[in-house]
Formats: sequence, C-alpha cells, structure tokens
Amino acid sequence: MQQVSTVRHGAMFDTDELVLNMGPQHPSTHGVLRVVLRLDGEKVVDADVVIGYLHRGIEKLSENRNWTQIILLTDRMDYVAAATSNVGYCETVEKLMSIEVPRRARYVRTILCELQRIASHCLWLGTHAMDIGAMTVFLYAFRERELILDLFEEFCGARLTYNSMRIGGLPLDIPPGWAQKVLEFCKIMTSKIDEYETLLTHNRIWLERTKGVGVIPAAEAVALGLCGPALRGSGVPRDVRKDEPYAAYDEMDFDIPIGTAGDTYDRYLVRIEEFRQSLRIIRQATEGLPEGPIVGKVPRLIKPAAGETYHAIESPKGELGYFIVSDGKSTNPYRFRVRPPSFCNLQALPRLVRGHLVADVVALIGSIDIVLGEVDR
Amino acid sequence: MGVGPHASKKMIDTVVIPLLKIAIVLNATLVGVTYMVLLERKVIAWAQSRLGPMRVGPWGILQPVADAVKLMLKEDITPTRADKWVFTAAPIISMVPALIVYAVIPFGGDAPGEVAHIFGRDVPLYITRINVGLLYIVSVASVGVYGIILAGYSSNSKYPLLASLRASAQLISYEVAVTLTLVSVILVAGSLDMVSIVERQRDRHIWFFFLQPLAFVIVLIGGLAETNRAPFDLPEAEQELTGGFHTEYSGMRFALFFLAEYANMIVVSSVVTTLFFGGWLPPLPTWLPFLAYVPGWIWFFLKSFVFLYIFIWIRATLPRYRYDQLMRLGWKVLIPLAIANLVVTGIVKVMLL
Amino acid sequence: MGEAVAFYTISAFILIFAVLVISTKDTVHSVLFLVLDFLFVAALYVLLDAQFLAAIQVLVYAGGIVVLYLFVVMLVNLKRPPEAYEDPHRRTKLGFGLAAAVLFELGVIGLYSYASPASALAANPTIPVTGNTEEVGWLLYTSYLIPFEIASMLLLVAMIGAIILAKREL
Repeated sequence: MQQVSTVRHGAMFDTDELVLNMGPQHPSTHGVLRVVLRLDGEKVVDADVVIGYLHRGIEKLSENRNWTQIILLTDRMDYVAAATSNVGYCETVEKLMSIEVPRRARYVRTILCELQRIASHCLWLGTHAMDIGAMTVFLYAFRERELILDLFEEFCGARLTYNSMRIGGLPLDIPPGWAQKVLEFCKIMTSKIDEYETLLTHNRIWLERTKGVGVIPAAEAVALGLCGPALRGSGVPRDVRKDEPYAAYDEMDFDIPIGTAGDTYDRYLVRIEEFRQSLRIIRQATEGLPEGPIVGKVPRLIKPAAGETYHAIESPKGELGYFIVSDGKSTNPYRFRVRPPSFCNLQALPRLVRGHLVADVVALIGSIDIVLGEVDR
Repeated sequence: MGVGPHASKKMIDTVVIPLLKIAIVLNATLVGVTYMVLLERKVIAWAQSRLGPMRVGPWGILQPVADAVKLMLKEDITPTRADKWVFTAAPIISMVPALIVYAVIPFGGDAPGEVAHIFGRDVPLYITRINVGLLYIVSVASVGVYGIILAGYSSNSKYPLLASLRASAQLISYEVAVTLTLVSVILVAGSLDMVSIVERQRDRHIWFFFLQPLAFVIVLIGGLAETNRAPFDLPEAEQELTGGFHTEYSGMRFALFFLAEYANMIVVSSVVTTLFFGGWLPPLPTWLPFLAYVPGWIWFFLKSFVFLYIFIWIRATLPRYRYDQLMRLGWKVLIPLAIANLVVTGIVKVMLL
Repeated sequence: MGEAVAFYTISAFILIFAVLVISTKDTVHSVLFLVLDFLFVAALYVLLDAQFLAAIQVLVYAGGIVVLYLFVVMLVNLKRPPEAYEDPHRRTKLGFGLAAAVLFELGVIGLYSYASPASALAANPTIPVTGNTEEVGWLLYTSYLIPFEIASMLLLVAMIGAIILAKREL
C-alpha cells in the first residue's frame, strides 16, 4: 500500500486498493498455491493466481523413462487420487497399442477408481469444511479415508502412491477376502455419509457460507473450460464415465448428480451425491466381479507404433486427459502431455472470487477442489 | 475502627473473611481457567474420535502444567517500536475484568441452610452483595473490550490493528443485545442484585429459564459472540488472512489472552447459571428433597460445567460465520428479538399484576 | 474519616489524570488517561452512594463512548505519526491567563456563597429510599420525562446522521 505523505481533509475515509498476498505457505491454500488478491476494503476486486511452486518436470522426465516406468510418475501428480491417474495413463497407452484388457481387470480398475473417488472426496470434504470452520468433519472424513487407504495397502502395499496398474491390466490380483472387506466398507460408509450430511447440509451457518457464493452459470462454466463436479454443479450434464465410458463403466448402473444454481452449495451437494453413486458402482462391481486373467496379452517390450492419441477419464476432480505421442523407434514416449482437471478448474478462480469477501476466497478454493501436484506437475 | 475485642471482631468481618473469600475464588478461577484448556482439548478430541492430550500425567491431567511451564520459559518478545506500556497492559486489561466479576457472583445464599461457618459466624458464600450486581457485571465486561483494542494497536502494525478493531466492534455490538435482554430478566426478577434474583427463583419455585426462554437463548448466543468463541471466532481464526490482534504476542502474554478468553467463558456460564437456572438451588426441591443435601455451591459448579461443555461442544460442531453475517446477526436479529422480548415481558408483567 | 481520605485520594487521581490527558503527547495515551479518569469518577459516585450511576458511568462512558473515541484516534494515528502533533498555533501564555481569570471568578463565587449561604437545598423527605435504581427510574419517568424523551430523540437523530454520513450507498 502506498504511504500517504500529506494528509488532506477527509483522507481518513479514502480507501485505496490493497494488494494482499496469500500463500504459497498458507494453511488454506491446499498446497503451494499463491493467490495475489487486490482488495477494495474487504471486497476482492481481482485475483492473480501464481502457480509453479510444485513443478517437478514430470512431463519432461517421462521422455526419458520407458512406458511402464511412467506409471510411477503419474502417481505423483494427483497424489490424492493416484489410482485414477494410473488408470488414465494405462488406458491411453492401451488405446494407442490397441491392447485388450480382460474383463476382470476392467472391473477391478473400476472398483479402485471409485474407491479413489470416495477417498478424494473425503479429503475434499474435510478440508473444505475445516476452512469454513467446521473442524470436526475433517477428522471424520479422514477416518473414512483411512479405511480406504487400508484397503489399498492390502492390495498393493502402498497408501498414497500406488503404482497399482500395468499396461494391459494390473500387476497383482486382489488378495483373498479383499472383496468382502470392500463390501463391508460400503456398508460403513453409507451411514457415515449421512453423518456428514447431518452436520452440514441443513446447517444454517453452512448454508449462509456457501449458498450464493461463487455462482457460475452453465454457459460461463463451459466457456471457462471447467470440468468435473464444478461443471456439474452449474447444471451441465457432462461426465466422461457416461459420455465416453471406459473400464467397466458401460456395464454399471449409476446416475450423475447435476446441480442447478452453480454456487458452492451445489458443488458440495454434487460431491456428496457422488459419494453415494460411487458406493453403488463399487457394490455392483464387487458383487459382479468376473473370473479371469488379471492382465491381457501384452508384448514383453512395450514399444507402440508411431502415432498419437488422447484419452480422458473422469478423475474425482474432473476430466483427466493424457495425450501421448510415440515415434515408434524408442521405448520412451516422444511427448507425454497431461490435461489436469485442477489446472483447468483453477483458471476459474479469478472469475469466482471477484466481488466476494476475503473470507470467501478460502471457501472458493476449496470448492473447486484442486491438487497442486496436478496443477504444477 | 477502635481497639479492643470489638475492633478485632470488625477486623475479621471486614478484612479477613472477604480476603479469604477473594483468595479462594481467585485461586479456584485461575485453576479452573487453566484446566479449561485441557477440558477443551479433550472434549473436542472426543467429538472427533480422538483422545486428546494423553502423555503428560495419567490421561493427560498434567497437560496444563506442562503448557504453563512452556509458556513461562518462552522468550518474551516485545516489538521495538511498540508502545511498551500499552503492550504490557493489554493482556492485563483483558484478564482483570473477567476475574473481578466474581465479586458479585453468588455461590450460596443468605438463608441459614446455605451459609458456611467460619470463625464462629455465618458466612454467606458470596464475596459481596451489591444492589446493582448485574449492572456491575455488564459494565465490567464492557471495559474488557479495551484489552483487545490495545493489543491490536500496540503491535504497531496495520493488520493486527484492523483485526482488533473488528473484534472489538463485534464485542460491543453483541453487548447491546445482551444488555437489552438482561433488562427483561431484571423485570421478571424485580431486582438487579444477583442474590435476590436467585432468591426470587427459589421463592417462585421456578427457574427463570422457563419464564424467559428467549432471553436465555439470546444471552447464550451473545455470550458466545462476546467471548470470541466459535461460531463467532473469525477475528482469531487461522484462515483469516490479515492476522489476529494477538499476532505480535508471545509467551506468557499470549497465554494471558487465551486465559482471559476462557475466564470470560466461565463468567458467562456462571452468569447464565445464576440468572436462568437457579444458581445454587438444587433442581426440583419439592419432588426430590434429598437433593438439598448436596451443598449449593456444588450445584452451581455442576450447572456452570454443563454450560462450559455446551460451549466447547458448539465449537467442535459448527462452522464459523463470516464477519458481515456475524454483524448482521447481532444487529438485525438479536437486538430486535431482545427488544421484542422486553416489550412482551413488560406487557405480561403489567397484565399479571 | 475514612470517607474523607477516600474522597481526597480519588479526587487527586482524577485531577492528575485530567492534567495528563491534555499534556501527554501521544493521543492514544490521552484517551487511555481519560478512561482512567472516568473510572475514578465512578468511584466517586460510589462514595456518594449512587451505585447505579457509577455502574452506568463505567458502562456508557468508559465502556462505550471512549471506545469509539479510541477507534477514531487509532485510525487517524495510522496516517500520521505522533510527532506531527506539535501545534505551532498553541498560545501558552494566553491559556494560562484565561485559566487564572476563571479561577479568580470561581474564588469570588465561592467566597460570596460562603459569606451568605443560600437556602439549604434540603433533600426531599417524601421520596422513599427503595434503592438506587428504582429511585432513578421513578424520577426519570415521572418528573423528568420530557427531558428524557428529548434526549432519546437527540440520540436517535445523531445515530441516523452518522449512518447517512458514513455509508457510501444506501
């Protein structure tokens, strides 16, 4: 803020524009995100998002690793929902090489993706509620996330970065008794979702903090390039699982929750309903799990013919797309490009916060649900 | 004051016994405030499926001791360009009003069954009984606002100052609502004296909560807002970008602010207990007469404890209000409700006379 | 005897703080000394057995009005450092002269009233001593009703005026 050196009459009532820097180290920016706010008093006039603090050069690193090794790197992008990133990448390579994935593998992939969706939404719910002040929901959501991480640990040995997919299928079959545990988890989770809803959905303070905050009409949401629950909260019925089914989604029966008003409250309701739909998919997939091989016919050396392809899946944050170019000569990709949903959704942040108060900025960052690992890669 | 055995009797009455009472009440309050820290951490932890502090002492009982030792040994930083006197005085100004309010809060009454026997005379269980007791409490609470304002100012930095001005604006807004509500309680009780209010509840065989439920709700909400507790704690939340009014404080001074907040909470609980729930009276005296064997001050503590637990429970559960919503609630909802309550109480009282 | 000691101590403090209010350089300290002044005046009220008035003095003056003074002073202080308050227009000699004249006048009035005491303003014996608050209440709503209403109107007008002045859009 500029120093006013001479005081003129009535100067006390002037308000200059204040530039406030939020982050990169801040408890509410969910990672190393820096937002430079221009404030008029308490209202946000404009926001400038500065990213890149978590850039590790994943896309460049991929050019020096062979196709199987890249699966490790995809874990570290959206570290909250690592299995989904793995699946997306593997499916893209399978699409390029036209590899057929056996039915059992597709079912297990679906189960893992949906478990991952629940885990990611748990983290979203906990941090979003905590930013608005309801700190107990954080602990409850993480308690459920622990159950899911236990399931993953039993499956592949890791809790966060799974490396749990291979091109053509999965590296291991599910351990005996795992399917039963998944079904038990579904039963526990259903009552817990009701618990979260009791605490928040009809809570007067929650409604006042989220209704009408950050409204994006449907046309503008499409124009901004939003995806995922942020887009569906504005009323646009776009979900890659329904529009371009992958894994075993074409055999599953589920609904896509769509919001109406496009505000924070609708995005919250969409994600809560997605909890329930994910449980529905998991139950169907686990109960109908077919027998069979867990990995398809894959050549020993993965060396796709020259060509390029783009494939997208629905990660918990939105449409996660992979674009790979192979030059046919080496075992490394020529170009590996990720279309992260968080990066595209983050573009909407300046538009969202304009006109709101400073206290709403954290609520809106939480509402878009970003993971910096994905944004920066 | 003359000399002789008569004089020593007066000495005991006017100096020794009040000092003894003050010492007991002050010590109890300060210990209570310190253990409030532990209580809050434990209760919030249990609400969140955790256990809270468990390492220091059995079940974490000695945790406040560890905290106190840590804070006292911390380096006491004073910003160089800060106003030294005001910087030091601010936490004290925050804490003192919360403590001196106890001079008028009655833990027991004047009736023969309720007094203690010390030095061969009947000693009622309150430090003093003044005829404007409730008004004293309200006015002392309004002086406590200075602690926050001066804390923000003396930090010599723009953001803590603005945060402290906002916090104090919140406090004085809710003070208006609470004071208006207390007037309707005074109407029902017929006196400003705290002891008389409880005696009135005893004589009418009904706690004022049943006569003035709306007033109880308003005082509870206003009390939450006045002590900067959730859901009205935006001025001191970590997500608040501009930093709270206590940013520049460290060590024992910082501790004093938070102890002052807990002390204010205990005061609000005590006041609510006295005004609405019969203070030291046992519940259902006609149907459960055996309950009267439990001394009055134990009932008082039990009831205050219930409200403290409710305050902590609310903090664990509810999200927090944004500042403009907070102020809107205070001015546009609570004050009209308080005035309406007052008008209705007045009309009913006149009609029933 | 004890009352006299208390009275003189409290009055001494009041006068000291009053002098400090106008002589201290830092405006915020001025306001804080004013608060202390008001608190000691409340103590004087207690000495006079007007406990209700004492509590109201603390509640309204020290706890409300001066808080608002403090807000304004702090916000203005933000823009100017305290050193800039040295007022070149201060006329010390004229001030002392005027103060001496007022003191002289007061002395003359005091001597005059001591010499010929006015008819005693005897306390009205018909007012029952029911307690401080009730007495003030009775007086305010019966004998002094009109001034009370006028004062409330005045406060209301001031509040509305302040809101209109400060609000940017209505």
